[in-house]
Amino acid sequence: MTTIATSHPKQRLSLRKQDARFAWLLLAPSILIILGVTLWPIISTFILSFFNAQTGLNQVRTFVGFGNYIEMLKDQTFWDTIGRTLYFTVVSVGLELILGLAIAQLVHSHPWGWKFLRFSLIIPWAVPTIVNGAMWRWIYSADFGALNGLLMQLGLIKHYIAWLTLPNMAMPLVILADVWHMMPFVALILQAALATLPEELDEAAAVDGANAWQRFWKIRIPLLRPAILVALIARTVDAFRVFDIVYIITNGGPASKTMTITYLTYLNTFSYGKQGMGAALSFLISFFVLIMAFVYIRVLYRPEEN
Amino acid sequence: MRTLYKIALLVMIAIMVVSCGPKPTTQPTQPGATSVPATEPAATPVTIHVLTMDQAGLSPAEIDQIARDFEALNPEIKVVMEYVGYDYVHDKIVTGMAATPPAYDAAMIDLIWTDEFVKAGYLLDVTDQITPEMTAGIFPAAWNAITRDNKVYGLPWLMDTKYFMYNTDILQQAGFTDPPKTWEELVVQATAIKAQGLVEYPIIWSWPQQEGAVCDFTILLYGNGGTFLDANGGPAFNNEKGVQALTWMKQTLDDGLSNPSSVASNEMAVEASFLAGQAAFAVNWLFQYSDSLDAAKSQIVGKAGFAPMPVFAAGAAAGIQSASVDGSSPFGIMATTPYADQTWRFLAYLSSNDVQMQYSAKMLPVWQADFEGDNLALLEAAAPTNPVTVPAFLGQFPYANQRPTVSYYNEASMALQLALQEALTGVKTPQEALDAAAAKWVELAAQ
Repeated sequence: MTTIATSHPKQRLSLRKQDARFAWLLLAPSILIILGVTLWPIISTFILSFFNAQTGLNQVRTFVGFGNYIEMLKDQTFWDTIGRTLYFTVVSVGLELILGLAIAQLVHSHPWGWKFLRFSLIIPWAVPTIVNGAMWRWIYSADFGALNGLLMQLGLIKHYIAWLTLPNMAMPLVILADVWHMMPFVALILQAALATLPEELDEAAAVDGANAWQRFWKIRIPLLRPAILVALIARTVDAFRVFDIVYIITNGGPASKTMTITYLTYLNTFSYGKQGMGAALSFLISFFVLIMAFVYIRVLYRPEEN
Repeated sequence: MRTLYKIALLVMIAIMVVSCGPKPTTQPTQPGATSVPATEPAATPVTIHVLTMDQAGLSPAEIDQIARDFEALNPEIKVVMEYVGYDYVHDKIVTGMAATPPAYDAAMIDLIWTDEFVKAGYLLDVTDQITPEMTAGIFPAAWNAITRDNKVYGLPWLMDTKYFMYNTDILQQAGFTDPPKTWEELVVQATAIKAQGLVEYPIIWSWPQQEGAVCDFTILLYGNGGTFLDANGGPAFNNEKGVQALTWMKQTLDDGLSNPSSVASNEMAVEASFLAGQAAFAVNWLFQYSDSLDAAKSQIVGKAGFAPMPVFAAGAAAGIQSASVDGSSPFGIMATTPYADQTWRFLAYLSSNDVQMQYSAKMLPVWQADFEGDNLALLEAAAPTNPVTVPAFLGQFPYANQRPTVSYYNEASMALQLALQEALTGVKTPQEALDAAAAKWVELAAQ
């Protein structure tokens, strides 16, 4: 053993650390490029958030310290917008998770035509967000929309309804458009994870008398937790930063009832020309997203289960 | 491993330096330059990028044709036009100006943005390029849209106002011989049209949470004898006159006379509804009339009529004959363009009398001489629609009211847009909504 120690002075890394090193090596090129291109803009934007800076050539910047942050945190519009954004995020991601899990389970059970079903899942996800938004805006159209046409045919309404003008309906309709678009992403992640689960656990539980629901809830869900965590974090970050689908379908209306925090940031930065305030809002959004990711990891991440 | 980290750090820094470095470019015109540099035409073709809207005025196909005709006369200049919806032009100009050279060499400038863009230094002062013929030949109102403190920042291109149009067929079927002269008469006619089942919602408006709603509110506000600002420059739209106008708007929705989709319809949607025969009355820009005659777009060919924009009875009693809104849009040259000379030459061609006369069916000329004497007959004969649109323009534009020309107009207008939406959707009363908007205007004016 002493001879071996003399010949190999470095301690042999554990298998886990070897895997981690290899993973970092694979990720390194992407990380280098992403950080190289984005790090300076992030730093620059952070610095800008401490200034009062109006759009324009030869921009004059006035240092205000945390003034932009304080002003926004004291603004009721900001908190109303955060509330709406959280509502969008929770409902949208919740529906995507539930529906995604159900469809993943369906595909995993290999019914007749399951390959076609899995393939067709990609179609909504593949549609560009702008196209998706324009499509749903037409579906919701008060004069020509397919939704009104369908409901009239079913006898559920007596005349066409201007759905996007109803303050309490506009956001649910935007959520519906987003769920249709992004649920396949969750379903495909979970379906891939389901495919890696050992069938023996399920079979053993069945032999022991567990019913389908018990096997699903007590065996599959815990084993799917890492994949659910990945899907939740990815979708929550995306949903909280939603902009384009709102921009296309409702422009934040009616009466700002679909105004989300990223849209508010966009308005401040480009429409109002308040670049300092826009920068501060960007970092406030990042702060909220980090909190949510932290909560997810604390609640869902169980490394020992891996 | 530490060596690997050092190499990675060096590569990252290298990428940052490369990506943040200045792009190689020709020397741009300096901001605040007071004239178009008199340069010789470049030996190699120069490409200029021009941004404009794809609604109102000329169609993209027509502007593309003008660009091709200009290129034929100026082979060393290539023109790339970009078209977006009106509501996106402002922000595209702002983002485009963040680049060096700017994404656009010229852009359509709504008159409500001129103050903001002049303050931001975005527009090139072209006062030295304006000839006496241009000054005398173009309507003063068109110059007003692009002139600040006696400096000219572009060339007039589109003079437009909103018109009151009606479906002659529906009006006749309802038993009316003349269109309404007051908004109260409009309600009477619309009520009868609805009661007879001719259309479900007789009136279609553009009241979304966008500038179009402010335009329509301006029409009704001034038609009620109100004003946007008071003598001290403070908001006056939330006084009794403004509240009455907004209350009237809400009432027409509640009574089922105005289409509920008006709260989410831009001017293109208004046109679509009117040309589909789903509305008896519509307020829109001039482009709607010529499109009404296009069988590919319209189901009411030959059935669209013009009438002077109505006013409220109280406004008529106070001597107000009509009230509309000025929607003129000139073109401006971006201050940091490296191709100021070439861009000027294209804009001068675009706004020239010959080109404007050629396309007068969709957009009436900004040259006032065309509307005088023998030239008027020539103008009316230039396109089949002109015998109708020219008198409509001459009758309506003198009553086009200005929205406030302040540098903070964009943000202030959005506060008013929100107020209009809140009132129209019942979230707030008209008074509450307008008071909140007025408070925002005061706050912005003080900044």
